[in-house]
Amino acid sequence: MAVSVGEVVQAFRRDGRIVVVGASLAGLRAAEALRTGGFSGSLTLVGDEPDLPYDRPPLSKQVLLGRARADATTLPQRNSVNAQWRLGTAATGLDLAAKRLRLADGEEIDYDRLLIATGVRARPWFNAAEAALDGVFTVRTSEDAARLERRLSARPSRVLVVGAGFTGSEIASACRERGLEVTVAERGAAPLVGALGGVVGAVAADLQRQHGVDLRTGVMVTALEGDSGGRLERAHLSDGTSLDVEVAVIALGATRNTEWLAGSGLAAGPRGIACDAGCRAFDVQGIVTDDVFVAGDVARSPHPLFGYQFLSLEHWGNAVEQAGVAAHNMINVGPDRRAHLWVPTFWSSQFGVNIKSVGVPNMGDEIVITQGSLAERRFVAVYGFQGRIVAAVTFDQAKWLDFYREQIEVRAPFPPDYATVDRQPGGMRPVPAGFQDPSLPSHGATVTLTGHDPNERRVQFTPARA
Amino acid sequence: MCDRVVTVWLEGQGLRMRIVVDLNRCQGYAQCAFLAPDVFEMHGEEALLYDPAFTEAHREQVRRAAAACPVQAILVEADEARVTPVGA
Repeated sequence: MAVSVGEVVQAFRRDGRIVVVGASLAGLRAAEALRTGGFSGSLTLVGDEPDLPYDRPPLSKQVLLGRARADATTLPQRNSVNAQWRLGTAATGLDLAAKRLRLADGEEIDYDRLLIATGVRARPWFNAAEAALDGVFTVRTSEDAARLERRLSARPSRVLVVGAGFTGSEIASACRERGLEVTVAERGAAPLVGALGGVVGAVAADLQRQHGVDLRTGVMVTALEGDSGGRLERAHLSDGTSLDVEVAVIALGATRNTEWLAGSGLAAGPRGIACDAGCRAFDVQGIVTDDVFVAGDVARSPHPLFGYQFLSLEHWGNAVEQAGVAAHNMINVGPDRRAHLWVPTFWSSQFGVNIKSVGVPNMGDEIVITQGSLAERRFVAVYGFQGRIVAAVTFDQAKWLDFYREQIEVRAPFPPDYATVDRQPGGMRPVPAGFQDPSLPSHGATVTLTGHDPNERRVQFTPARA
Repeated sequence: MCDRVVTVWLEGQGLRMRIVVDLNRCQGYAQCAFLAPDVFEMHGEEALLYDPAFTEAHREQVRRAAAACPVQAILVEADEARVTPVGA
């Protein structure tokens, strides 16, 4: 008896079993989209943290300022997600052939389709004994933020922030706003240099110093030292200096939660889980699976607008969008499936400035200021690569971002060949964007670019100029 | 697998309502800070700070703020979604 594809899809939507591993932003939004998309089968959400899905961006901002509680950033739900919630239980293994997930408590869950959204965790301080000192913190979970906020409320004499990426810079900003003495130690030449390059990084450095941050660039923290009671009291830097500190916040980026997939046969590793633009995971052979999907920070997928390079995006917006695409594709087949074509976008607020980005700045090699000025710290910076606009970054100029997103989407020429609202007096001359050698390890980039798809050669993009 | 589904109201959180603002969308029009100043606050010229959990007393203010947002960046949890199933 012949069964049509449509009947198979309908049967799956009615009786299928979907398991979502990871109960944070991506996992929640995917679960909602599965239900609104018509999936009425069994749905299970597995999360290693005990809390309902909560929002992380406020943790390094409102929460550290003491203006919102760390345990009160629970995400609003778009619709009631009728699901089994397995919170406080990590996934520990995956049997692809048997379609079975293993949990930390020994239980096993069978699935028909699996979504992996296990995200990232804060990269810990490299020395475990030093990391265990009282006064050493990372900020990733609501519990982390609650602990640090309590310590900041006790008014430590000096806070050391290790790493001046977005999270480190936001933490330093919150500390200064609370009137605390802050030293920021950054291996690169400037804050945010990994993500935004040296030109914009120099503005970020000025901003920090103007707000009273003791910013030290080109240095690494080599050791943290405690007193006899195990309390942090000193930090040693690579330039030979040392610093008396009561609190050190380690902000050296994140590590992807893929260890639990070791040996599973999925293409999962330190750079994330490789998947196609439809969110389907690759196995180790590079063959795409059809029942395992990936979304959020842990995913790494090719983006047609950026030369089909695999992008890993630790962005709030990416988690939301990719979760929606993954959920849609889990309950549709063939031509009804969608590609994740979202143009990377993120924001940060620090030292009173609203920083926004669209595209992939660290793919650019040149930069031009199209509006405003660096000196005013109010500008639009456009990044170019091989004659195309690949990104734009704004400082307090958010309203222009949609325009530049469209420019990226149509692969508009770089440098821009039009007059902008406030035409720059010196003309628009691109300068090197000042990114570091990508082979150097850096905490800073929020986008990781890796590899090329050979299919790139067959892509038919019409160049915007000869 | 346990198939018991327990439905709980979020009384543990003092019946606070939840919001999240899509700050990729937000362009700093500040309508929310004007309509619900206890919940939304501008930080500098265009950055927004907000309290993700607010109490019943601010419900109307927040609804108005969400409705007035020119880029519709504010997601307020729907009443019916506040029943959250928790599997044991």
